[in-house]
Amino acid sequence: MRILPCGDAAVLLDCGSLDEAQGWFATLQGRAEVVLGARSVLVRGDPAAVRDLVGRSTPTAAGATTGGTVEIPVTYDGPDLDEVATLTGLAPDEVVSAHTGTAWTVAFGGFAPGFSYLVGGDRRLHVERRASPRTRVPAGSVGLAGGFSGVYPRESPGGWQLIGRTAATMWDSSREPPALLAAGTIVRFVVA
Amino acid sequence: MTFVVERPGMRSLLQDRGRPGLGHLGVSPSGAFDRSALRQVDALLGNSPGTAAIEALDGGLVLRAAASHVVAVTGGVGPVTIDGRPVTFGRATPIRAGQRLEVGPLTAGMLAYVGVAGGLLARPELGSVSTDTLSGLGPAPLRAGDVLGVGTPRPVPHLADVPPLARSGEITLDVVLGPRDDWFTPAAVRRLLQEPWRVSPASSRVGVRLDGPALERAVAGELASEPCVRGSIQVAADGQPIVFGPDHPVTGGYPVVAVVVDAHTDRLAQARPGEVVRFSRVA
Repeated sequence: MRILPCGDAAVLLDCGSLDEAQGWFATLQGRAEVVLGARSVLVRGDPAAVRDLVGRSTPTAAGATTGGTVEIPVTYDGPDLDEVATLTGLAPDEVVSAHTGTAWTVAFGGFAPGFSYLVGGDRRLHVERRASPRTRVPAGSVGLAGGFSGVYPRESPGGWQLIGRTAATMWDSSREPPALLAAGTIVRFVVA
Repeated sequence: MTFVVERPGMRSLLQDRGRPGLGHLGVSPSGAFDRSALRQVDALLGNSPGTAAIEALDGGLVLRAAASHVVAVTGGVGPVTIDGRPVTFGRATPIRAGQRLEVGPLTAGMLAYVGVAGGLLARPELGSVSTDTLSGLGPAPLRAGDVLGVGTPRPVPHLADVPPLARSGEITLDVVLGPRDDWFTPAAVRRLLQEPWRVSPASSRVGVRLDGPALERAVAGELASEPCVRGSIQVAADGQPIVFGPDHPVTGGYPVVAVVVDAHTDRLAQARPGEVVRFSRVA
């Protein structure tokens, strides 16, 4: 793990893997304000004080977190389904079977309220994000990018490859907790 | 104890101190873009720090008081009137029931902060009434006909006027290089620190886009999404930098070449399209 500068009010822990980042996140949560990335952890605070705190800490061993299982029904008619099929060498219905055939796990949140980065799916679905992001992605869109899958909780700009859509409410501020998914939740996509 | 919005102008939002500390839920900090202007307007009116005010983009806002209140305007500078009579910038000023407060087109800065003694009230979401323009949290932007409640005022202190924003034509922002300056060529990092950058009209509370020479990458490929802060200078695939504002995405997939020091991000809030921004390295 390397400590990288991030302005005068935070540092970024650049970790070798998601597991290591999750370990640092678990260790520092409660002692500092932390945000988890795909292979990094943002720690807010005076950079010297944070470097000191990190120097005195060791990351917890990444363990399987149990957050229950959530089924998300999906209509697989996304505008990038054919593109994903081309990129992966699969037929469109094989993309659907691959997406529904393996359980995903919530690695971390971010990007937008209720947006979760899902990992652990079928490896054949590894596609890069679109070269040019869309300015408008509808709420409920189900996408793929860089080995992750995710569901857009509301209409927003976005660069993921869209393969389908769901009617599930990913975020509701009046619900407790507001997000449908939390780190460690197992997600199974099913054909709606 | 209410105000009626007669015209919202270009875009008027309620903003308070925002939603800090919820990044792990994917929630941006949001809140006033020019936090020092919000602090000033709240101080002038005797409101506790971070009380909600209207953040009016480039003026055009017209409010009608439904009762007697005390108001003040800070931030961007433009003609402010009550029933046509000029209101001194940065001074607590009484307004009577039926009178109209108008904020004209701004001549310096982009965001005027209109506060009321007692604070403007709305239904909070996750502890804040700030409108987050990226995520949609908080109330909708103000519309003509909206009625805004006002809280119970505290005694209004007698303070000196806040001096209006001075503009030299260029805005210099201190930056700390990294976390991903090593994803760019040394020439690109030099250009970032030496070239004048022009504020693009496509700027928003999510980020201020800057036009200038493309910053070429030394490392190809995709960055694994990583957390960002207000002030992160992210460089998209086209090589143009965007400096994140209060409604920035919590994580981003493009490398951040440098980060503007926190206190200087308020200056960025007032940068008008076409104005020149320069970056000065402090670390």
